[in-house]
Amino acid sequence: MPAIWIIAKREINSFFDSLMAYILIVVFLGLSGFFTWLYGNDIFLRGQASLDAFFGISFWSLFFFIPAITMKTLAEENKTGTIELLITKSVSDWQIVTGKFLACLVLVAIALVCTLPYYVTVSKLGNIDHASVWGGYFAMILMSASYISIGLFTSSTTNNQIISFLLALFIGLFFQILFDVISNNMTGTTGAVFDYLSLRNHFDSISRGVIDSKDLIYFFSLITGGLILSEAMLSKRNWK
Amino acid sequence: MAIEIENLTKRYGLQNAVDNISFKVNTREVLGFLGPNGAGKSTTMKIIACFIAPHQGDVRLDNLSIHSNPDEIKRRIGYLPENNPLYLDMYVMDYLFFVASIQRVEKSTIDSRVREMVGVCGLSNEKHKRIGELSKGYRQRVGLAQAIIHNPEVLILDEPTSGLDPNQIVEIRKLIKELGKEKTVILSTHILPEVEATCDRILIINRGRLVADGSPSDLRKQAQGQEILNIQLETENSPATIKEKLMQLNTVASVESEGNGQKFFKVVSKTEMSSRKNVFRTCVDNNWILLEMTGQETRLEDVFRELTN
Repeated sequence: MPAIWIIAKREINSFFDSLMAYILIVVFLGLSGFFTWLYGNDIFLRGQASLDAFFGISFWSLFFFIPAITMKTLAEENKTGTIELLITKSVSDWQIVTGKFLACLVLVAIALVCTLPYYVTVSKLGNIDHASVWGGYFAMILMSASYISIGLFTSSTTNNQIISFLLALFIGLFFQILFDVISNNMTGTTGAVFDYLSLRNHFDSISRGVIDSKDLIYFFSLITGGLILSEAMLSKRNWK
Repeated sequence: MAIEIENLTKRYGLQNAVDNISFKVNTREVLGFLGPNGAGKSTTMKIIACFIAPHQGDVRLDNLSIHSNPDEIKRRIGYLPENNPLYLDMYVMDYLFFVASIQRVEKSTIDSRVREMVGVCGLSNEKHKRIGELSKGYRQRVGLAQAIIHNPEVLILDEPTSGLDPNQIVEIRKLIKELGKEKTVILSTHILPEVEATCDRILIINRGRLVADGSPSDLRKQAQGQEILNIQLETENSPATIKEKLMQLNTVASVESEGNGQKFFKVVSKTEMSSRKNVFRTCVDNNWILLEMTGQETRLEDVFRELTN
């Protein structure tokens, strides 16, 4: 078994062991289910067989949930000193970071799989656009991965979980909404740059079912950037 | 497997935590690492275990260097960090399985290896508990078990007996001695009798520098230099006459009478000479009854204090 997966497995077990995973999945399903089916601009009000309402609400609930998942990953190890144990095992810093990243991603994926009954139900109700549903799920995975890698980085900077959580929300907020707001108030190149930085646009275009390399590059650079920074923080102990 | 430490230097801020240290540990040697708090023991061990990189210098295991082959070195080293950090929410067995697989113990042997460790470290009654539920002594055993589970050639133990009760200390020492028969062991401790009980060789480190290196008896001899005898006599003669007669012996450097009016004397011999026989003959010649004659050994504590103060 590769080291990355061994680390990820331990992490996933600890999520489920501490009930955190169950609570997270239940709250996520409850919240997104409530707004998708029962309240506000829900599926019935739209009169269309589409999961847009669900994706719209998940866009925000995942934004808040993911820092809660990632806050503990490295911050707790820094605090209890177990990071020393892990680093002195036969694994590289890179494997530690990606292992933890994968564990969080698997947890989010499990939560998303639990929402597949929505898809089945809605597809029975009418003519659903399958491409856009799968696009929506794909966009959510990409978005989650981006926020996980940001959360991992903030977790690696501190030994305080609360700080890690708030910092992740703060950084995430820029991608989630602030860049969008800034770009609306700017024109020309600056506006275009901020427009490109805003995660929402890329999320929307993928969730329409259009997979464009421009969007993929955006998400993958966000993910890689977060992971590289986390790895850098971890290997900071070796800086001279 | 021999470890070579070459010109190791590590700075924290402006302070040199480890200052140009070099030494070599041979295979099947148990090396005791001594020094006051903050002397650089843990830092040196952390560097050997590839947790932190030195500013200068290198650590070599055979042909492997911590700079170019950290992964391979980490696999060959078993490390018990100071304060023994553990995943408190994990079960003992799960934890040992996790460590075994991450240290690349062969899959088919993981099961038997974990069971063996549980036996060796005396964890059979606690193996199904969470680590967080264990007492400090048992946590220390889990720490030791995770350090030796992949059968490493080198063991680095940072204060392995801290926080244990006397019985556990004896057991752990026995275990370390047993392990030292086939492995290279470096252990650090504050407890001096522990070093004498377990180590073949002692390094004393102070303010990041090496101040002594040798076997426990070597170090004692080095510090002692001159033979010191404590004697007690029964006689009518006055202490002054006794002193005078003893001083006439050609091996004796000085005599001090100790105790008020009692006939206790401290006889210091000249360097590299022994006065035992001469003192005995003098007693016989003068009809003094010799009640006690003991050689005073320099204790390791004295060596330690002398070198690190």
